[in-house]
Amino acid sequence: MTMIRLVLNELVGMFVDDGSLALLALILIALITAAVKLLALPPLIGGVLLLVGCLAILVESVRRAARGRAR
Amino acid sequence: MHGLTPILSTVTASFLASFVEVVEAFTIVLAVGVTRSWRPALTGAALALILLAALVLIFGPLLALVPITVLQFAVGVLLILFGMRWLRKAILRSVGVIALHDEEQAFSKETAALQRQANDRRADYLAAVASFKAVLLEGVEVVFIVIAVGAAHGQTLYASLGALAAFVLVMLIGLAVHRPLARVPENSLKFVVGLMLTSFGVFWTGEGLGADWPGADLALLAIFAIIAAASFAIVRWLRGAYPAPAEGVSR
Repeated sequence: MTMIRLVLNELVGMFVDDGSLALLALILIALITAAVKLLALPPLIGGVLLLVGCLAILVESVRRAARGRAR
Repeated sequence: MHGLTPILSTVTASFLASFVEVVEAFTIVLAVGVTRSWRPALTGAALALILLAALVLIFGPLLALVPITVLQFAVGVLLILFGMRWLRKAILRSVGVIALHDEEQAFSKETAALQRQANDRRADYLAAVASFKAVLLEGVEVVFIVIAVGAAHGQTLYASLGALAAFVLVMLIGLAVHRPLARVPENSLKFVVGLMLTSFGVFWTGEGLGADWPGADLALLAIFAIIAAASFAIVRWLRGAYPAPAEGVSR
């Protein structure tokens, strides 16, 4: 059981390190998907928004980590 | 999608990511082999490889049942999460917010742990378990990377070859130097892999949504260039705004 738990923890840890980065990325993807599927947003625009949004989330995550370290 | 761009990027991403993971697993197996003996080290590693192969054989064929757009979207989302995690850590390591991964330190830590267990009557078993765990946990990441960068466009073979090449190269270097591969520029590799996996993630999630990227496969290179430029700009900005202490925090 310990080994299974270890592997499961590793699997989760592969995708989630900074919880808010993962959460914000998932929210971004969900919003863009909803906009493309429900509001007829052109998929290419959705893809570009995804790229820009991911970079914005990355900036916020590393800025928060660096600021926390500087304190 | 079988042009040169996606094949090269698939092989490169798989090779570099697997190289980093195999180096980390090698350090632990080497520590077990040198400190205890090679029998438990190789037994543990071999059992982990067999288990990983079984997982691939069981779950790999199931992917063929998933519609391609759903697969691209799901793999894309996972790659965004996985790639951004690597990229975030690499950026923070580049600016000294968290400490660089040190293979010598990992080797010493594992060696010390094994020496403490030396008089335990289960010492061989515990040594084999340490080797098994290291190969299994790093191997799980390699399996995910191979499946993720390969499956969405039917390039699992190329991704597997990239991972296999990384495995063989690390083993050859390891056998030659017989010590932890501490001089491998792990953070630079992780930086590049983070950029590549995030780029794959954005590209495939976009395709899964139905985006017809301009330039088709070449858009992957453009996405990579944009994320790379932004990431280097972030590193420069963080270095200026938050000067690093002498030692980062180990994580």
